[in-house]
Amino acid sequence: MQKNKTYNKKKLSAVFFLFAAVLLLLMGRLVYLMVFCSQYYGIKAEDLHQRERDIKAARGRILDRNGTVLAANRTVCTVSVIHSQLTDPEQVIQVLCRELELDEETVRRRVEKVSSMEIIRKNVDKSVGDAIRAYKLAGVKVDEDFKRYYPYNSLASRVIGFTGGDNQGIVGLEVKYDSTLQGTNGKLLTLTDARGVELEDAGETRVEPTAGKDLVLSLDYHIQSFAEQEAVRVMEEKQADHVSVLVMDPRNGEMLAMANAPEYDLNQPYVLQNTDSTRNLSAEETQEALNRMWRNPAINDTYEPGSIFKIITMTAGLSEGVVTPEDTFNCPGFKIVDDRRIRCHKTAGHGAQTFVEATMNSCNPVFIEVGLRLGIDRYYDYFTKFGLKTLTGIDLPGEAGTIMHQKEKMGNVELATVAFGQSFQITPVQLATTVSSIINGGRRVTPHFGRAVIDGEGKEEALVYETKDIGISPQVSSQVRGILEKVVSEGTGGKGGVAGFSIGGKTATSQTLPRSAHKYIASFLGFAPAEDPQVLVLVIVHDPKGVYYGGSVAAPVAARIFSNILPYLGIEGNPVPETENP
Amino acid sequence: MRKPFLLRKLISADTNDKNRYSRPMDCTLICCVLLIVAFGLVMLYSTGSYNGEVRFDDAGYYFKKQFFATSIGLFVMYLVANTDYHLWQRLAVPAYGLAVVLSTLVLFVGRSYNGSKRWLALGPLSFQPSEFAKLAVILFLAYVISRREKKPDLKFLMAVFLSILPIVGLVGTNNLSTAIIILGIGVIVIFVSYPAWFPFVCMVVAGGGFMALFLSVESYRLERLLIWRNPEQYEKGYQTLQGLYAIGSGGLFGKGLGGSMQKLGFVPEAQNDMIFSIICEELGLVGALILIAVFGIMLWRFLLIAQHSADLFGALIASGILGHIAIQIVLNIGVVTNTIPNTGITLPFISYGGTSVVFLLAEMGIAMNLSKCLPRSFGREKKKITHSEKRTTTA
Repeated sequence: MQKNKTYNKKKLSAVFFLFAAVLLLLMGRLVYLMVFCSQYYGIKAEDLHQRERDIKAARGRILDRNGTVLAANRTVCTVSVIHSQLTDPEQVIQVLCRELELDEETVRRRVEKVSSMEIIRKNVDKSVGDAIRAYKLAGVKVDEDFKRYYPYNSLASRVIGFTGGDNQGIVGLEVKYDSTLQGTNGKLLTLTDARGVELEDAGETRVEPTAGKDLVLSLDYHIQSFAEQEAVRVMEEKQADHVSVLVMDPRNGEMLAMANAPEYDLNQPYVLQNTDSTRNLSAEETQEALNRMWRNPAINDTYEPGSIFKIITMTAGLSEGVVTPEDTFNCPGFKIVDDRRIRCHKTAGHGAQTFVEATMNSCNPVFIEVGLRLGIDRYYDYFTKFGLKTLTGIDLPGEAGTIMHQKEKMGNVELATVAFGQSFQITPVQLATTVSSIINGGRRVTPHFGRAVIDGEGKEEALVYETKDIGISPQVSSQVRGILEKVVSEGTGGKGGVAGFSIGGKTATSQTLPRSAHKYIASFLGFAPAEDPQVLVLVIVHDPKGVYYGGSVAAPVAARIFSNILPYLGIEGNPVPETENP
Repeated sequence: MRKPFLLRKLISADTNDKNRYSRPMDCTLICCVLLIVAFGLVMLYSTGSYNGEVRFDDAGYYFKKQFFATSIGLFVMYLVANTDYHLWQRLAVPAYGLAVVLSTLVLFVGRSYNGSKRWLALGPLSFQPSEFAKLAVILFLAYVISRREKKPDLKFLMAVFLSILPIVGLVGTNNLSTAIIILGIGVIVIFVSYPAWFPFVCMVVAGGGFMALFLSVESYRLERLLIWRNPEQYEKGYQTLQGLYAIGSGGLFGKGLGGSMQKLGFVPEAQNDMIFSIICEELGLVGALILIAVFGIMLWRFLLIAQHSADLFGALIASGILGHIAIQIVLNIGVVTNTIPNTGITLPFISYGGTSVVFLLAEMGIAMNLSKCLPRSFGREKKKITHSEKRTTTA
């Protein structure tokens, strides 16, 4: 038996110190990892363990001026599958197929996809979500969510607009006021194990969502319904292409109604209205048709305003003193401007008439004369001063700009046509706004729907809009109102009148381009009471069949609306003797 | 004054060996072993409860099995500690033969777990021959080398080294890591037995060259190296990366016992090779350093035992044990901290594994028996002298 020798001891010491040195190095490595890299790895690990889930914030509601809810939220469910938690995929596929009414292939593909969380279907009815939850399937999650809901379906559809799958506004007020309506989503931070199972005892960090603010509109549910009803009626009676009806308060620009027949169902914005099912549309055609359906022609489209624009010529003429109501004119049925012969709509001519009578007759040569008296420079100045070249600033997206001659390229012929409302284009809302600012005493208002915003605590914040002086005297404004009152009570706008109320207005019949198509736009703009306008109605009927005169087609629509809404708005009429109105 | 001193001298010379080994066992070593075993069980429960719950619906699954094996191990340790280690001289060669037989057997009738065929089934129990092989090789080498009367020459030692290669080969066919440990133990024991340094320097150089060749022949081993450099860029670096996340997120003081997130399935098989990363996560840098320090004290006691051992047999056994434990600790922590490329080596006493803990505790029993050779500390020695002085004077 060998003895334990010194060299044995020495060499084992060497081994020991070698290992001791390595252990010290490893300790150093640990210090490096756990002190200097701690933050880096800690954050990475945290990312790995934390699951962040959004808690959807409720979108603010849209209310009319009386508090009627026009857009609200409905609870819907999102059904998703957490792959790692599935215990019986076959059963899950079967149940989801049945309950969600999806084909098996789709469900199978989504269920069998290896992902941390796969959405099977969104916007599932709450009852269906509850039913699925009742199965208590492992790995199936039913999360509640909000979906936009419009109680009156198609009411003011082209104004309100709708939202997309993530509750974001897509068109209309929904997109214009998106930031107001959209709340801030909350967050739910939970810890999970490697399979994605949430840990029960780890607790969760909750960041509560902030609900979106409610938007109160100037729109009045009753007036809007009635305007829509009348718009549809005239559209059907006259087989018109489409009809726009604007009802606004000329004093402050509040829009009380904006009907655009045909409206569409806001709860089903992707379903085309009135399309022949026989034709199969391509995806592109469908999208185009949808875009057309969603458009708001009162704002997004321009047209030649026609004779209603004579109000602007009249105002400029009276304001500049180039014409007085008592001035007399003679209409031979045409007027020669430079080398052109521009006809009056009454080819036989109106003969001798005062300016007031010429307005009542809507005589083109007279207004050409007024335009020529003003001259291009002054006329153009008024056009600009009245705000016709700028957008109205209405709180809806996609407002179309004015299409107008360049001043340098304007000759007398162009001036003559502009004077009676042709050869340029503006939007209906531009026309209504400009006339409002003339008849309200000379303040250009900003047309708008949004009146106030109410936050979660019920605090109401009024929305403020700017007004601008257009530089006409109250006398001129009053003169214009007086003349326009005569148009309704004694002139072409007779059918726009309502017994017992003093209503001012102007008719228009414009031909659309190309002239050869013989398509017309019949329109009427009226306001009441004529002396102190509180409500303005603009009716525009596109392409009516048969009789197409504004005075016959559009004015009666306005009259019916007036007779209905004036009492509703509390505007008192004068009791009229029965005899005067046979 | 002189007489008792001379008497004591006489007695100690007379009954040198016997007296030497009738001393009490080393208390420091016993404390270290029991501390680490207890700590290991606690950590195993903490680490294995999630996997146990998920796989066997029993959070205590791994803990119970390990507790059972540890109980057997402690009993074996007690028996072995109270058995004169010279007994193993006679059993060394048969033990080695048995290890060879069992390692051969496992190749044919072994049971697979996690894709490796490493276990022999004995009814409800399973047994890992490679764990036994480590102990058998230590005893075998110590016996063969110390038995030779002549001073060992290089030729003899080469022959001894060659004699353990069969078991290295057998174990290595399905458990490369354990084969490397056995080889390492062999190298250390032979290194300690031979006076010269130079051949070993050559051996290290040759070994390095061999490793380089070994790695470049098989591309998957080279891939391991690439993963080691950049674990975040390889899918197979997942385990390493998860271990680093665990270690890094532990910080200075850790998340507290039981507070690990990474054991919840992120670190795969957290109760096995990667358990040290969870210790780091739960107990922080401080806990991890203390554990390494306790392991260090343990290694130091093995060194003392080896140096105080009267015969080469005991010294070589202690050297083998030191090498065994040290290699496993170093390689395990090296892998977990991504200091060296990934290879599956368990952390002694702490990682899950019944056979491993039983034979480790058996080794500890041998070491405890050997520790009787350790001299008493100076103060106690002195006290003992005064005591015997008193006795002799009164007599």
